[in-house]
Amino acid sequence: MPKSLISIHDLTKKEILHILDVAKECEKQPVQTILNGKIIASLFFEPSTRTRLSFETAANRLGAKVIGFADISNTSITKGETLKDTIKIVSNYADLIIMRHPLEGAPRYASEISSVPVINAGDGANQHPSQTLLDLYTILQTQGRLENININMVGDLKYGRTVHSLLQALSHFSPIFTFTAPEELRLPEEYKNFLDKKGITYKETSDLDGSLADADILYMTRVQQERFSDPMEYEKVKNVYSLDCQMLEKAKPNMKILHPLPRVNEINPNVDENEHAYYFQQAKNGMFVRMAIISYLLGFK
Amino acid sequence: MENQSKELKVSAIKNGTVLDHIPADQLFRVIDILKLYNCRNQITFGTNLDSKQLGKKGIIKIADRYFRDDEINKIAIIAPQAKINIIKDFEVIEKKIISVPDEITGIIRCDNPNCVTNHQPITTKFKTIRKEGHVSFLCNYCEKITDGDNITIIQNNE
Repeated sequence: MPKSLISIHDLTKKEILHILDVAKECEKQPVQTILNGKIIASLFFEPSTRTRLSFETAANRLGAKVIGFADISNTSITKGETLKDTIKIVSNYADLIIMRHPLEGAPRYASEISSVPVINAGDGANQHPSQTLLDLYTILQTQGRLENININMVGDLKYGRTVHSLLQALSHFSPIFTFTAPEELRLPEEYKNFLDKKGITYKETSDLDGSLADADILYMTRVQQERFSDPMEYEKVKNVYSLDCQMLEKAKPNMKILHPLPRVNEINPNVDENEHAYYFQQAKNGMFVRMAIISYLLGFK
Repeated sequence: MENQSKELKVSAIKNGTVLDHIPADQLFRVIDILKLYNCRNQITFGTNLDSKQLGKKGIIKIADRYFRDDEINKIAIIAPQAKINIIKDFEVIEKKIISVPDEITGIIRCDNPNCVTNHQPITTKFKTIRKEGHVSFLCNYCEKITDGDNITIIQNNE
């Protein structure tokens, strides 16, 4: 089986650092020709704007050509074609497959049957490893290091997959965590057990205003309506945090605000011009990190 | 042997394997898991037999058939207290202790309704997690955990 990137656990610390190094090269040289003549399939079984455009731009900037679909409505999947058949066929055409799928585990399954590498661009509430890598890249870029970062994760810590993957990836680098969430959206026990086992300490709070001062990174997340089965529950917590400029007065000068985007009400638009805001640059970094992932999996870097 | 002092409800076999102390409601699932419906040997079984330990139990006797450990261990998923006796010339010559395998392919369904294995024709695959005497199963695909107390067995006709 060729090397795929399905889950952040698939990467060792060394591989993570290598990909971040390559991403830095890509940032310096964002137009390359190393993948001239290669074809990359972009299979989006579920709609996405940022992730898909970012991956496709990354492929184009490396010189590859992109085939694929942005939604399944005009594909054979609507005729009942199985995932297995779709992947078998596309892996005959392309040199690498990027896929997003609403079902959890679909990219792992695809990687088992594909003859070319598969990159998971998000599978339901499960994994989204390129997001985690771009978060790490942005932390490294803004703080100059990954070790001993004081990071405050805010919002939906229960369902937010970006939070779960990032805390697991950061566990290689002795982080200091604060988890800021309302009672209903606190970090699940399994992740606290994971941190306990690794000997990583953390604080839990529901008070955003009071937990800002020590952070190097403020990692904001959206409360995702689609994860709630009970609409009442969602109404209770949807606007629980709203970051505004005033709250940032006590922040450390090096503190940067990250957000996987899209944001709704959790960051006031008046923060966008603030020196601490970094989420748009973070999204841009996604492109360089995806260039690095693609060239690494294809054996070029 | 509780069966031998009294009349045997399921007649003895000369050589083969006896699976005893199967919870009565799991008997047919054990038959499923061991794929005994494909087996050509003589098979006798009984269920809803009185048992001090289980209340009602099931028993299966398969003549001239011996199972590999990795085959027989699969039934520990649903019948952890089952006793496996190897019979030669009507005598028990070996008692096997079964334990849940470290990796399980098929047999159980992933608890996560959004897991790809519940929507596509894919064989399930799990890693067994043991914690303080409790077992649960980590799905190879969706990476979610199915609790050992709450498993659904995939029927063989699915």
